[in-house]
Parts: sequence; structure tokens; C-alpha cells
Amino acid sequence: MAATTRTIGKSSVKKRPKKLRLFWLRFRRNRLAVAALCFIIVEVAVALFAPWVAPYDPYQGDFTATWQTPNSLHWLGTDDLGRDVLSRLIYGARISVSVGVLSQLVIALVGLPVGALAGLKGGWIDYALMRIIDVLSSLPTMLFYVLLMVALGAGFGNLILAMAATGWIGIARLVRGQVLSLKETDYVRAARAMGGGTRHIMHTHILRNAMTPVIVALALGIPGAMFAEAGLSFLGLGIPSPQASWGQMIGMYQPYIRTAWHLTVFPSAVLAVTMLAWFLLGDGIRDALNTSVRGGAG
Amino acid sequence: MARYILSRLAGLLGVLLVVSLITFALMHAVPGGPFDARALERQQMVPERIKRQLNAKYGLDEPIWKQYLLFMRNAVRLDFGYSLAYPSRTVVQIFKDQWPYSVQLGLLTLAFSTIVGLGLGLASAIRPNSWVDHAGTAVSVFCLVIPSFVFAVLLQFVLSVRLGWLPTGGWDGPLYWIMPVLANSLAPILVLQRYTRSSMGDAMRAGYVRTARAKGLSRRRIMFVHVFKNALTPVLTVGGPLVAGLITGSFFVESLFRIPGIGFYFVTAIQHRDYPMIMATTLVWTAVISTAYLVTDLLYALVDPRVSLVKEK
Repeated sequence: MAATTRTIGKSSVKKRPKKLRLFWLRFRRNRLAVAALCFIIVEVAVALFAPWVAPYDPYQGDFTATWQTPNSLHWLGTDDLGRDVLSRLIYGARISVSVGVLSQLVIALVGLPVGALAGLKGGWIDYALMRIIDVLSSLPTMLFYVLLMVALGAGFGNLILAMAATGWIGIARLVRGQVLSLKETDYVRAARAMGGGTRHIMHTHILRNAMTPVIVALALGIPGAMFAEAGLSFLGLGIPSPQASWGQMIGMYQPYIRTAWHLTVFPSAVLAVTMLAWFLLGDGIRDALNTSVRGGAG
Repeated sequence: MARYILSRLAGLLGVLLVVSLITFALMHAVPGGPFDARALERQQMVPERIKRQLNAKYGLDEPIWKQYLLFMRNAVRLDFGYSLAYPSRTVVQIFKDQWPYSVQLGLLTLAFSTIVGLGLGLASAIRPNSWVDHAGTAVSVFCLVIPSFVFAVLLQFVLSVRLGWLPTGGWDGPLYWIMPVLANSLAPILVLQRYTRSSMGDAMRAGYVRTARAKGLSRRRIMFVHVFKNALTPVLTVGGPLVAGLITGSFFVESLFRIPGIGFYFVTAIQHRDYPMIMATTLVWTAVISTAYLVTDLLYALVDPRVSLVKEK
């Protein structure tokens, strides 16, 4: 252990990996979060390599084997068109994971600059942002998603768009608050007194320190987006039918729960476990980051 | 005080106006009108001539800005016109007939989640790090992580399909209430449990509690007289919006358990592009939720003398 640190110290790699190592050391102590991380790694791998992992084609129905309950050929049974449920669940993981991650990326790309600008410059950007927040906070989020999806039409791209349309505001508000409070800190004042330019201060002093809560919010936003995807697909507004989404499977086959329970219970269970894992991961990240920030920046 | 309420009401009107504009714009950005959606469902073509007549009947042939003005003029008089999906009923009638179901579900949920959420919150605050506290945390994580419709499906599977104890859907009596209420109370339990626990924690660490303890008051007296009263006021702030959210119904729970409430009708309205119904529901929900926030703020000022609404910042 000591030897490796020394070699790292000798090479040109600087502070970043040290911080990461510290983060990892703290994160590792949270056993639940580590278990969640393992689960997520497996899930992401399964989603990535879905065509090789899935035992059947998720779109190809077998009309000689419809409505089958779990058996040795189809481990989790088949649906009304004879499609293999396990294969559809595996392909559903692709949708769920990519919606979760992509939506947060888009949200970060839009919310970060807007929030930073509003906090730093104030003025009309700040005013407009606050009014948008006023209006959107009086409308239930799910209702807004539903309206947007009705207008945009079901589909993967539109789903990301709808989530970005509402989600960026949360991040923008968070960044704005961070920037406003960091602007008043002594080290920013000192930097300004020493003649640091706005861009320099923003980059080295403010954004870096503002990132921690943003990372946490984004990490916890992933299960939130997954939940929204599942909910919208459940209502028939998310991922359209031939594609496989967990929420959509639950919504489509829930009326048949008495005769074909496996069509709804398995997607429900997978969705529940996935949400739990991503939430625990986000929670672990928050705990690991929080302590390191307190210890580091003071 | 009157001025404060007036300015808040003006703000509420502004929000309603913006929300109505957004909803209206979104509804009309949708490709395909209401009659296309219905034709698709019945798998038949509507002749162009009839479609034109229908559009004229419902005023959908007017320019969009005129349609909006017309809608708003009538909406002010609480006339939202006829539903397009149920042409024999007006939107107001649908609200009158179906809302009571949502309200009933909402109130039952509120009662149940208050007992569980408040109870767990109090218990975990009084005995932190005990088994009650851990159980409370587990329950709140469960409520946070499991979507209501997933929980609903699992409940249906276990309690109806496997055990056969409860009916899978409908709204005919107490037996039918159990599963919808359970599924619906995930979010409220989470909110109540967390707020109660944290505000109880704050109150128990307050200076006046230390003083009371120093005076030699009994633990029970401190709890009931000093802690509860002060700890439960912050909970009130989440209570208002919570009630509003509950009585406006839930589209997941209502459609899963086939409860004929407003949430259920809203989902159908969306599938049928029922413009008047969608607009009305969105506006009514926004109004109810914003009013709840306003009432909560007023109540809070009433209960807690330290809060003054007029001299804000």
C-alpha cells in the first residue's frame, strides 16, 4: 500500500487521484452502498451486453409458447406474444439505465451554466429563473411530465427531453444557491483582492466547491429519472410498445395479474431492487463526499 | 395581513394564468386532434366533412388565440364545457361525480399515513438509534424507493392472487380500501416520518427543554408540554401541500385499482386528447395546491407567534 502511494507521488499525477482515493476509502466503509455498487455494475454490464446475455430475442414472439409461466426453457415465462420475459427484462435494463444516466447528463449540461450565471451575474437571468421556479413548483412534477409527454409523443428521446425540461431547474437552483453563498466566502474575497478575474475565480474557487452537492443531486436524480420513466411508460406515455421497459410491462400486463402474475411481478421486483440500489449508491456517494468536504475545505 | 393575503392571491392568479397558457400550448402542440384519437381507438376513419363539423361544434376551427380566450372567459365562470371523451357530460359534472372518490381515498390515506408516519417519527426521535429508529429508517427508505404502482402490483399479487384475501380492484367498501390506501400512503408516510423525526430532534435539543429539565420537570411533562407543541408546528408546513396532493387523487393508484376518481379520469382524458378535461384538471389541481400553500403559511403564522408574514425579509 505504502509503496504504491510513493510511486504515485513520484510520478506527475497530482491531487485529483488522492481526492478520489480518499473518496473511495470513505465510500468503502458503507457496506450497503458497496453492495449496491456491485449490483449496479452487474446490471450495467448486463444492459451493455444485452444481445449476448439475453437467452432469446426480446422482440421475436413464439406463438407456440404464449402465456407460459416460469419453466426450464423460459426462466421467467413468456408474455401474450410468446416473447421471453427474462430477455425483455434484460433489454428493459438498457432503457432504465440509459434514461437515468442520460437525463442527468443533459440536466447537468443545462442546469450548471444557467445556475452559475444566475448566481454570479444576477439581473434578469436570476429573475427569470426564480419566476420559472415559482410556476413549476406549483405544478406537480408528474403532471408536468404527463402533459409534456402527451405533447411530445412517446419515445426515448422525448422522454429525456421531458425530464431535462423540468430537471435542469433543480440543478440550476442548487448551483445558484451555492454560488451566492460561496461568493461571500473569505477565500473568494481574498482572490478578488489579489486581482483574480471573474472567470478565474469562477473556475478555481467557486465551481469546484459547488460541485459536491451537484454530484450528489445528480446521483440521486438517476433513480428519480428511472422512476419517472417507469411511471410514464406505465401510463403508456414513455417507451412505446415493441421496445421493452419495466414500467411499460407492468402497465400493460397488470390487468392480467390473476392469470399471468409473472408478467407484472418480475418487472416490479426488478424495478424495485434497481431503484433501491441506485438510491443506496447515491446515498453512499453523499456520505463519502460530505465528510471529505468538511475535512478538506473547512 | 389583508395586504399580504391579497398579494399572495394575485400571485396565485398569475401562476394560474401561466399554467393555463403552458397547458393550452402543449395541448395544441400535439399532432392529431381529439377526433383522430377516438377514430384510432375504434379503428375507423372519420370523414373529413364530419371532422370539420365536429371541430366547428366544439370551436376547434377558430384561431388558437381565440380558442384560448374563449376557454378562459368561460373558465372564470367555472364553465369548462363538455368533455370530448364523454360527450354527454360536462367537465364540471365529471368533477362533481368523480372527485368524491378521490377525496375519500385521499382522506383515508391521510389518516393512515399520519398514524404511521407521525408515530414512527415520534418514536424514532424519542429513542434515537434504537430498533424503532432503525425500523423507521427502513420504512422511509422503502417508501422513497418503491414506486407506488410497483408496491400496488406486489400487494395485488400477494393479497389478492396468492392469498385471495382482498379484491383486486373496485371501490365498494372497506375491504376494497385497504390496498389502494397502502399503496397511496408511501409518499405521505415518508414525508411525515422524516419531518417529524427531524423537527422533534431540533425541539429536544432546544434551550427551553434544557431549562425545563434543569427545573426538574418530569420527562413526560417535558415531552408533552414543551417538545410536542414546538415540534409539530414545522410538520404543519408539509401537511398542507400533502393534503392538497392527496385529495387531488393519484393516477397510478386509481387506475391500478380501478377507482373512478379524478386521477383515473385524467389518464383517460389524456389518452383521448380530451382538451377541456385536461385543461380543467390541470388548473383545478394547480389552484388547490397553491391555495394549500397559502393556507399553510397563514396557519403557520397563526400557530407560531414568532412567524410574521407581513415583515418579510
